[in-house]
Amino acid sequence: MTWKSGRSSICPKTLDESCSAAPPETPAELRIEEVYRAEWGRLLALLVSRTRRLDLAEDGLAEAFARAAARWPIDGTPANPAGWLYTTAHRQVVGRIRAEAIAGRKAPLLAVSPSWVRPDDVPVELEDDRLHLILLCCHPALPSESRSALALRLVMGTSTEEIARLFLVSTATMAARLTRAKKKIVQAGIPLGGPFEDEFGLRLDEVCRTVYLAFTAGYAPGTGPDLLRADLAGDAVRLATVLHTLLPEAAQVRATLALLLLQHARRAARVCDGALVTLADQDRSLWRQEEIRAGLRLLDGLHTEVGYAEEVRLQALIAAEHARAIAPEATNWAMIASHYATLEAMTGSGIIRLNRAVAVAEAESPTAGLALLVGLEEILPGNHRVAAVRAELASRAGKLELAQASYRTAISLCTNEIERAHLITRLAALRTSGSLER
Amino acid sequence: MKYFVLLAGYGEMPLWEDLSPEEQEAGLAQHYAFAEACAARDGVEMLGGEALADVSMATTLRTRNGELVVTDGPFAEAAEHIGGFYVIDAPDLDTLIDLCKVLPAYDMEIRPVLDMPEDAG
Repeated sequence: MTWKSGRSSICPKTLDESCSAAPPETPAELRIEEVYRAEWGRLLALLVSRTRRLDLAEDGLAEAFARAAARWPIDGTPANPAGWLYTTAHRQVVGRIRAEAIAGRKAPLLAVSPSWVRPDDVPVELEDDRLHLILLCCHPALPSESRSALALRLVMGTSTEEIARLFLVSTATMAARLTRAKKKIVQAGIPLGGPFEDEFGLRLDEVCRTVYLAFTAGYAPGTGPDLLRADLAGDAVRLATVLHTLLPEAAQVRATLALLLLQHARRAARVCDGALVTLADQDRSLWRQEEIRAGLRLLDGLHTEVGYAEEVRLQALIAAEHARAIAPEATNWAMIASHYATLEAMTGSGIIRLNRAVAVAEAESPTAGLALLVGLEEILPGNHRVAAVRAELASRAGKLELAQASYRTAISLCTNEIERAHLITRLAALRTSGSLER
Repeated sequence: MKYFVLLAGYGEMPLWEDLSPEEQEAGLAQHYAFAEACAARDGVEMLGGEALADVSMATTLRTRNGELVVTDGPFAEAAEHIGGFYVIDAPDLDTLIDLCKVLPAYDMEIRPVLDMPEDAG
């Protein structure tokens, strides 16, 4: 069985661009792909809940999809595709458990929290247990780089190869990371069934951070055709959408989805001719207006929140200001600077101060922006962006020596090849224009 | 599921011997409260737990080139801060984390205890 979900085949109702190039598919294949994308997480969550075997459930479900790929084109798509897949997968898992028992091996079951109730064993009406699965994947006792990978794999059904591509690591590295995380869940007794009530809000914050991390991974510059991986960032947006469907009242979830939609709407404009395009230079007609509207609507439903939800809401408000501006000159930088000031007061984050400096430079003057950078190296040691922003603002303020020195510092600190090349170009341009002015 | 909980005084909870008598008394009360909370919780049992003497009492054994070397002091600098441990049977990690909130504000490390095969002899 070689069938597996992949972006090379059809992806209906999708957020990514690559689909139109896909070859035509037979209706059954199309149907399986659709069911995979719609039902993988729900089916897996249910299998995990009912069998408490994380390892077997994933393999069993993959096998069920492989059988569907072999059988449906011949026998026709069953009336209840999800039910068929569930029954087939469940049979697989039970078979494996029996084989283990005969061999005298007994693998440990997933731990469950005291409040956990096993879902009813009725395969027709599939319950939605995805929230428990998401909370399990995002447990704070797991390494943070594993959490987002695990959530994408188990809840969205994103393949290990794709997750590896998203995080710019080898497939073997990612496979090992996923295996270790699943092993820790079972051996450390991380329970299925959700946290204690007083911890629920904090754990949900952690879930949102995890989703955001997966999203931003798609926009970390890579190489060649993988400069950005917006299609895979799209899986994180879909994960946020699932979460919002499960918990429509949760403010941090709503704010996170708004933020993701507003940022992701710009994806088509972010790369041109194999190079990154900065916000100011983007072709704004490529921005997805329907997604921007959806993000703005979600934001409208939020008022001043507290804690992490408020941090994300402010980030989303900033993204909204950019999304609303029909041209770079139309950007309300004063509003953006004010949101950053609020965020900085809340978080004390050096990164926020850096972004605030950029906004203040636009809203007031490059010199006012430069003033906010004073002492930032101590807060963000080794961060090349502090030097890069200083260089940019200094060059705008006409302080060419400071600009050149800062570009050189930024270049020496920057480890990302793409960004480094960009900085070198900027420095060279500065030298040329600088000498012209003299 | 059996867990080992290591208690270390790096964080907001300083070393026991640096506490005032009143603070020590309050700390002890938290340990008693922890024992009670464990006893009251379904599926939880305290299997053991001890406070350890301070690090100046520690002796380290190392085998190098097949020879046992005995030295004064802890095996690692970090170990200086270890003040005690518990062994707790709990149904899952979240339950144990919830119970540990009752203890003084130690930095704590939780590790599952491995099931060892029964002694055949």
